[in-house]
Amino acid sequence: MAEPAITATGVVKWFGQGEARTAALKDVSLNAYFGEMLYIVGPSGSGKTTLLSVLSGILRPDSGSVSVEGADIWNLGSDKLADFRLHKIGFVFQDYHLFPRLTTAENVAVPLILKRHDWSGAIIEAKKYLEIVGLKGRADLPPVKLSGGEQQRVAIARAIAGQPDILIMDEPTASLDGDTGQSIVRFVKQNILNEKRCILIVTHDARINEFATRILKMEDGRLTGFEKGGPE
Amino acid sequence: MTGILKLAYKLLVNDKAKFTALLVGITFAVFLMIQMTAMFAGVLSRASATVFNLGASMWIMDPAVQTVANTIGMPDYVLDAARSIQGVNYAVPVYSGGALVKLADGAYQSVTVVGLDDTSLFGRPQLIQGNIENIYAENAFIVVKDPEFPKLGNPGLGTEFEVNDHRGVIVGIAKVASSGLFGVPTLYTTYERALQYLPNPRFTISYVLVEPKSSADVMHIKQQVRALGYLALTKDEFVDRITQFYMFQTGIGMNILIMTVMSFIVGLSISGQTFYTFVLENLEKFGALKAMGAKSRELILMILFQASFTALTGYGLGIGLCAVLITLARMRLPDYAAVITYWNLGLAFVMVVVIAAVSSYFGVRKVLRIEPFDIFRG
Repeated sequence: MAEPAITATGVVKWFGQGEARTAALKDVSLNAYFGEMLYIVGPSGSGKTTLLSVLSGILRPDSGSVSVEGADIWNLGSDKLADFRLHKIGFVFQDYHLFPRLTTAENVAVPLILKRHDWSGAIIEAKKYLEIVGLKGRADLPPVKLSGGEQQRVAIARAIAGQPDILIMDEPTASLDGDTGQSIVRFVKQNILNEKRCILIVTHDARINEFATRILKMEDGRLTGFEKGGPE
Repeated sequence: MTGILKLAYKLLVNDKAKFTALLVGITFAVFLMIQMTAMFAGVLSRASATVFNLGASMWIMDPAVQTVANTIGMPDYVLDAARSIQGVNYAVPVYSGGALVKLADGAYQSVTVVGLDDTSLFGRPQLIQGNIENIYAENAFIVVKDPEFPKLGNPGLGTEFEVNDHRGVIVGIAKVASSGLFGVPTLYTTYERALQYLPNPRFTISYVLVEPKSSADVMHIKQQVRALGYLALTKDEFVDRITQFYMFQTGIGMNILIMTVMSFIVGLSISGQTFYTFVLENLEKFGALKAMGAKSRELILMILFQASFTALTGYGLGIGLCAVLITLARMRLPDYAAVITYWNLGLAFVMVVVIAAVSSYFGVRKVLRIEPFDIFRG
């Protein structure tokens, strides 16, 4: 295994106040490496999404630290943190969150636009990524005209368009049938994962376990062990 | 940065239903605001028509005069006194009053008669037919060719009629900068003939028109006239006095103000509500952008751009609609008193900016509060 892309140490996150205060993450420590597809699995409410948010610079932990490529991201100011997410992280949201009023190519171009690419250059670049995910002919269609699997591929194309080192996928198969879900994750493993990229996937779907490099189990805000692989 | 603005633009205009609703709201509001204030500006412009048309630098009048139409006669000594004030280049009397004209077909028509100083004819209108010297001919009148002109049966040179049972003859047809407010034709004649033809009170001078030697003399002239118990105003001050009268001492100003404020509120409500709904519907998308690395100021810029673009487009459409309506109205109603001024446009622009600012304020607040984590949680 290569060097760690992400190192989390003693991460704690609380939600709520007073009697309603609950610990979503309890002293979580882990390493995620370049070149691996790391799954985080566990029942609903176990803290998977919270952990993913903390690791990706979206949700500030109450204590503990998160280093990405050796830099402590939670010591960054808000603008630097936004820049970190823009340049280092690609997101595939569970509900995709594609813009229905934009074409598929324009959706994929969004991270490039945020990176100050000019519009037409970003669209040309976006079409290359659509080709990678097998949607070359769909560039000018709005997302609503695409199937669920195709929309998922658009979301993946958008996530990798910014050439991030870390790809975060939240329940990538939740809205897809079994075959489509498997084909999507297989595609990601074969075409998106490489030795310079780390992919973190939160999932309930055991049918895609075969594609994982390692599988971490979570329960009640704690990492409880490895379903596949080990701590390395 | 232009890419982000284009993104904002596409998110806005591609949502055709919302964008149309926003545009309709702002266009309608701008149309109403400009239409209301244009009508008021038209009324004010026409109310001061005589002041503009005669073009005197200073006007001496009875202090009780509020509008140019409501004259109060002054004794002749006021004219003599005015002429003797240091700094007065010249001073002439003018008569302004109403008369009844009997047309050739026997119909009666009210008119305004302006009597110009016999010697100088100061304030005479620009003739488009006839010769100004003919005003000294027997029973001579010059008629103004304005929207009221047809009410005199479209008279030509030599047309005869009766003015207060005296014979009158048209010797000239003139044009003026502005026609009057009250929808009656205007006749010009000499001061002396006006006194002969029109019933007179004891004092006959409606106004003394004064030309100061220099602007530095204006204050002194005012003081001297005040010492006589009369009021001297510059042209702009007189127009302002007339404006103040119509604005605050008639119902017109307040009604127009209420209608303008209502238009603003309607526009603000429709546009604000629609824009807020637009932002709410896109809130998750803004959250997703935030998660992807968009900075708060970029999201604010997008929302401000969307609000400004909508507001300015609606502003342009509103002005265009108003201009078209006024043009169409004038084709059917030559007397239609509405004029779009820079002041109208400026006021509507300020109100549109307020609408855009308020609309975007609530949107920005909402977008700044959305946490990217909420997007993950779904």
